[in-house]
Amino acid sequence: MDNRQKELNNLQDYKYGFSTDIENIQAPKGLNEDVIKFISKIKKEPLWMLEFRLKAFERFKVLKEPDWQKPKFPKIDYQDLYYYSAPKSMKDKPKSLDELDPKLLETYKKLGIPLQEQARLNGIAVDAVFDSVSVATTFKDELTKQGIIFCPISEAIQNHPELVKKYLGSVIPTSDHFFATLNSAVFTDGSFVYIPEGVRCPMELSTYFRINASNTGQFERTLIIADKGSYVSYLEGCTAPMRDENQLHAANVELIALDDAEIKYSTVQNWYPGDKDGKGGIYNFVTKRGLCKGKNSKISWTQVETGSAITWKYPSCILKGDNSVGEFYSIAITNNHQKADTGTKMIHLGKNTKSKIISKGISAGSSDMTYRGLVDISSKAKNSTNYTQCDSLLMGNKCGAHTVPYIKNKNSESNIAHEATTSKISEEQLHYCQQRGLNPEEAVGLIVNGFCKEVLQQLPMEFAVEAQKLVGISLEGSVG
Amino acid sequence: MKEQLQKDFDNSIKNLSLSQKDIEIKKFCLDNFIDKGFPNRKEEDWKFSDLNQIIKKNIGELSFYNDQTSTNKVDTSVFVDGLEHNKIVFINGRIEKIDFEYEKKDQIEIIDQSETINEFKNSNSLSDLNNAFTNKCFKILVKKGYQLVKPLIIYHTTNSKIWSKNINLRLNFELDKDSTLRLIDLFNDTSEKNFLNIFYNFELKENAVLKNYKVDKFENKNIKYSFNNIDQDKNSISETFILSAGSNFSKNEINCNLNGVYASAFVNGIFSLNNHKHHEIRSIINHLTENTKSYQLIKSVLDERSKAVYQGKIFVNSDAQKTDGYQLSKAILLNKDSEFNAKPELEIYADDVKCSHGSASGSLNEDSIFYLMSRGLSYQQSRELLINGFLLDVVEKITDSEIKNLIKNMIGIKE
Repeated sequence: MDNRQKELNNLQDYKYGFSTDIENIQAPKGLNEDVIKFISKIKKEPLWMLEFRLKAFERFKVLKEPDWQKPKFPKIDYQDLYYYSAPKSMKDKPKSLDELDPKLLETYKKLGIPLQEQARLNGIAVDAVFDSVSVATTFKDELTKQGIIFCPISEAIQNHPELVKKYLGSVIPTSDHFFATLNSAVFTDGSFVYIPEGVRCPMELSTYFRINASNTGQFERTLIIADKGSYVSYLEGCTAPMRDENQLHAANVELIALDDAEIKYSTVQNWYPGDKDGKGGIYNFVTKRGLCKGKNSKISWTQVETGSAITWKYPSCILKGDNSVGEFYSIAITNNHQKADTGTKMIHLGKNTKSKIISKGISAGSSDMTYRGLVDISSKAKNSTNYTQCDSLLMGNKCGAHTVPYIKNKNSESNIAHEATTSKISEEQLHYCQQRGLNPEEAVGLIVNGFCKEVLQQLPMEFAVEAQKLVGISLEGSVG
Repeated sequence: MKEQLQKDFDNSIKNLSLSQKDIEIKKFCLDNFIDKGFPNRKEEDWKFSDLNQIIKKNIGELSFYNDQTSTNKVDTSVFVDGLEHNKIVFINGRIEKIDFEYEKKDQIEIIDQSETINEFKNSNSLSDLNNAFTNKCFKILVKKGYQLVKPLIIYHTTNSKIWSKNINLRLNFELDKDSTLRLIDLFNDTSEKNFLNIFYNFELKENAVLKNYKVDKFENKNIKYSFNNIDQDKNSISETFILSAGSNFSKNEINCNLNGVYASAFVNGIFSLNNHKHHEIRSIINHLTENTKSYQLIKSVLDERSKAVYQGKIFVNSDAQKTDGYQLSKAILLNKDSEFNAKPELEIYADDVKCSHGSASGSLNEDSIFYLMSRGLSYQQSRELLINGFLLDVVEKITDSEIKNLIKNMIGIKE
């Protein structure tokens, strides 16, 4: 057996499906003001933060769960969830990694994210989030030297309240849609990044999300601020144990780019997708929104979506500053009974704004995939352009692939171009590859990788290799 | 509005000789409509065109009762010259004339179907309104193997006798095996501020060919909604061409079910709008079985505060392998106040298919204008030439050369 085959066999099932047996502190089950106060108290939050949460909760009470999306799911009982869960050992924050629970270290090691000094990934600073708390952040000192703030958001609320107060909720307000508002009320942890004026962040920043406890919803909140003329590249990875029941993950991510700043946000999402019969898996209902606030700013989203039972998210760009640029690169792969409804929104408000959308969807097995996107050029966004390309690949006749773009052009000096295709892997291509000695699986892998290349190229090196493998694994067993 | 509806409904059924059962069905439809009202932007299909608002703003109070007891004089000056054709004439919603003078009488049957009810899968509250208030409905049956010698032109004429009225029309067509029908809908309005609600149902049997050209070109202040349902059997072909230009507001809906193998549907459209006009085309092509084909091309030229919307959907059932679906919409925005919205949608459940769509909108290409001007044309001439060429593309898709020339002359497009 060659190496590749061995590797594939190892990875055939969900590799990250183990769970860590660790003692937890949990908030009482259910959602009410007391639980929110509990979360706020355990995080030692100032009053304004509690008020922020309660305001969101008031709003949440009158909102209804949306139902326009394509993948339908059984009603979630929001009172039957734990909104806070943290390893007991994290109650009093360990001062250094040496004090960290060895079980946690072991977990991250298994996931391939070593937190210890000697084994750290070169050039990537990691913030590791375990259920509701951030357990460790690496390379902190080095970043501090440059004035970069990279820490769990709960720490930022205490240490940098002026920044958090100014920007938190400025892109996703507390009065937003159902899941975003829920997140505003009960969010537990996540990352906070601030890049000062003129600084180019010397390494990739990364957060690794892990859901461990059962019956818990994970609600993390990420806030990234790139001040004038700065640059940051941020990565996000996620996994969860295999469980029979569905788990909810409703995160909010806010990006703010000021004048001449650039933020690059990459996600490799590999939550547990459920088993072959569609039992279990994560509901990934995430709100991601970036605001190009300043002139010449740029926000670029790259996502590789392979996990989750249901993915429902639209990373968006609001192009407010003149000459700002928004980009969205996406690969979404669904297999077995997975469902995905994903895409982007590009809202052009400033002059000379540009956006580009490249979306590649692959559906196999009995899965269902939808690209849903909005391009809106307002009447003031003179001389703006958008280019959209969304391609879908179908494998087998039990799956579905759908495209629902909304295109609005209110400015005669602006141009929009949209293209979409849906097809299957052509027999000719397969034949060509097989003729040259590849077996059918390898041939499909090669063709799919070619299909995705445009997006994979956008990922940072280390991630690209990982993602390429992931694409292969996700489609295991869908050929023939 | 409810009282008005109720009152007008009572008035209109008084003049009809309907059985108790039919009245009850109509009443049921009326109640449905009262319940739902005119479609508004909260409904996904009406997201870009809020009919409820548009009627409120442009017409205000509508009345639904039309006195159709007396006949209207047919004005022959509206008839198309230079093309021999069969005629159906509607004046203010009343059928005044059905004339198949060029055809063999025994090959075409006209059946009164006034008591049947529309039941379309993808319909909305307007079909209820139509059911409640239509008082005459004919079915035109083209018999097996008969191909109409001359095209049929349906004249939709309204005159200044009516004002703030809702007019409901309905026609059914059945094209039996191997038959052919060429049909032109010609709108000719001298009235103002009325709401026309038109439902057509086409049933195409094996090998039948339908060519439907809808021409709304003359400037008028009416609001129009037209729904075409087309059911297609094996090997049948439907071709729909829409020229959407004249009315203040117009929405054309085409719902096409490709039920038989090798059936194909073509939808082509032109929006040519100015002066606050707001038009929409919505097409739904349902590929329900193997080896079916659809092709759609929509082009828009938008001037002065006008707005065009194109919502096109290609649906492919899991049985519909080897489907070929294509959709393209292009728009030129001439004025900074004009707006183009599109929602080209694909919903696909079969893997061995070839489906694609494209949509582009923007301004006239400055380079092309420069090219033409550097060869001696004025700015205005170059602009006209480019728009002419842009639209000609769609007109060229018309497969019937006689009608192609007629339409070219009508809209003044040169080759």
